[in-house]
Amino acid sequence: MNATATENTHVEDHHEEHGMSTAGYIKIAILLAVLTAIEVATYYVDFGALFLPTLLVLMAVKFFIVVSYFMHLKFDSKLFSFSFYAGLVLAVTVYVVMLSSFKFFAA
Amino acid sequence: MADVAVHHTDHADHDDHGGHGHATSTGLSNNKLAMWLFLGSECLLFGGLISTYMLYRGRVGDGPRPHSIYDIPFTSVSSFVLLMSSLTMVLAVSAAQKRDDRGTTLWLTVTGLLGATFVGGQVYEFTAMYNEGLGFTTSLFGSSFYTLTGFHGVHVTVGIIMLLALVGIIKRSKVPGDKAEVVELVGLYWHFVDVVWIIIFTLVYLIPT
Repeated sequence: MNATATENTHVEDHHEEHGMSTAGYIKIAILLAVLTAIEVATYYVDFGALFLPTLLVLMAVKFFIVVSYFMHLKFDSKLFSFSFYAGLVLAVTVYVVMLSSFKFFAA
Repeated sequence: MADVAVHHTDHADHDDHGGHGHATSTGLSNNKLAMWLFLGSECLLFGGLISTYMLYRGRVGDGPRPHSIYDIPFTSVSSFVLLMSSLTMVLAVSAAQKRDDRGTTLWLTVTGLLGATFVGGQVYEFTAMYNEGLGFTTSLFGSSFYTLTGFHGVHVTVGIIMLLALVGIIKRSKVPGDKAEVVELVGLYWHFVDVVWIIIFTLVYLIPT
């Protein structure tokens, strides 16, 4: 009983302490602003064959930075990560298959 | 029995400052778990809307084409505003966890104002597009574009209402920091709205048809 109580308290105390310092959050925000500036630059500068991969990679990096650090998923319980990523992976899978099938049958 | 007493005291202490409620079988907040499950389900909603747009963005009929009416510099600025609102939101959550109600209400208000700026920009964008000939029923592109970005705008608006309501609730609260978990839950919703826009900005605005 004592062990369970201690464990629960530890988990919730950990919840209270997770996250970063204010300076850390500002650094993350500056990084996000720089990545957004690079994204917008693709509109004005010719990136050639790297255009699409650059945009998709930047989009994914920004997504995971916000989810991991601002939403604290990196520091939180794996159960929260599973709850969110299960929905995300299901959505991406279903709609990639759906769009691919439209492409296939349209040919 | 002494162990049970210790257990209860721990949680009573926790209720005082964290507002996490009762002990749970997982040791985690049920409210927070429910919010993450809700956000996971929202991925399916926005996934459907984004896919529909991707499918129909080339079906312009007699109406304007996507990149002839998009104002990329303007949308870039409003995207930046929404991105920075994520910073102010996380500062509000951080302040709430330190029981700093004054800091919490300040950052929540700033977040709400940045969100309102974004929504105002979207209203301006929709008006400009309508004046250039893109109505909701002009083409499949128009319908799917307005539905996707409109749904996102409604989510931001709901977020602003929650932020302002939370400011009022915290101002009426007599115990500093007792709404820390509510601030965190609203923060999760707000950040999700931001990450959805990160995807929309790239797939809808920056990648040509």
